[in-house]
Amino acid sequence: MSSTALFVAVFLACAVEAVEALTIVLAAGTARDWRSALTGVGAGVVLLAATVAVLGPAVSSLPLRDLRLFVGGLLLVFGLQWLRKAILRASGYKTLHDEDAIFREEQQAARAAAPDSAGVDWYTFTVSFKGVLLEGLEVAFIVVTFGGAQHNVGLAALGAAAAAVVVLLAGVLVHRPLSRVPENTMKFAVGAMLTTFGMFWAGEGAGVRWPLGDAAIIVLLALTLGATGAMVLWLRRRRERSPLELEPASA
Amino acid sequence: MRYLRTFARFWWDFIVGDDWRLAVGVLATVGVVVVLADHGTNPWWLLPPAILGLLAISLSVVARSPDDGR
Repeated sequence: MSSTALFVAVFLACAVEAVEALTIVLAAGTARDWRSALTGVGAGVVLLAATVAVLGPAVSSLPLRDLRLFVGGLLLVFGLQWLRKAILRASGYKTLHDEDAIFREEQQAARAAAPDSAGVDWYTFTVSFKGVLLEGLEVAFIVVTFGGAQHNVGLAALGAAAAAVVVLLAGVLVHRPLSRVPENTMKFAVGAMLTTFGMFWAGEGAGVRWPLGDAAIIVLLALTLGATGAMVLWLRRRRERSPLELEPASA
Repeated sequence: MRYLRTFARFWWDFIVGDDWRLAVGVLATVGVVVVLADHGTNPWWLLPPAILGLLAISLSVVARSPDDGR
């Protein structure tokens, strides 16, 4: 159960972030120079892999109880942030990500930027590198914390790599932003999983003995999904009664 | 100095996000659970309602005043 949840959570988190990174790289590559865009992607991926390779074993070597308290607390803070954003988007209090609009904006910015000399186009390299690094940092964080607490950073990294490959293949096939991917639903699922495991591990690290043992994770996940689903319905009803201006989407 | 501030701001936004009160609430809740567990009780019942309650409060702040806490 835990290994499957670990793989699924990291896969979904990485897929969402990879879709967003793909939009940026596609815009930079199509508007300016593919070679520089792909060089930027490679540099970003290498830096992220190095971060996981250094931090993963370091986190895993901590005593399990302290590690779970620390990681559980971090995952709770981080997971609630994901859930909060996903709930606000699902209920209409925040606009959904529009990959097509982001793609157009990025392409316009790339075309408007001053042309570079021959060789590597540094504008394209930097945009792609930053896109991959910033979107991938959340994934690296989840891989290190989630994988570290399970003492299985390798499986977490595999989940992330699998998602990146799937999104990359889809991007190559359609050659345009993956705007039909249900990003918010996936973020919702990841946020619920991070929060569930955060509660479970923070509790275990604090000295709590969960009724049902590891099976308590299923109960906690069901409780989290049920409660957050109810929050979405409540906010939707409230918003229907008092319509308001939406704030633009952020990451 | 400016670089340091930008660096700290990035990590603050990355970990804590839009509502710092959620992070403080989580830390306080986990702290209470640690103290209760150290005193021989098994407070497994405390974490789920406290954490989901914190989220509900954070969302209700946005619902009441959409410019706050986003």
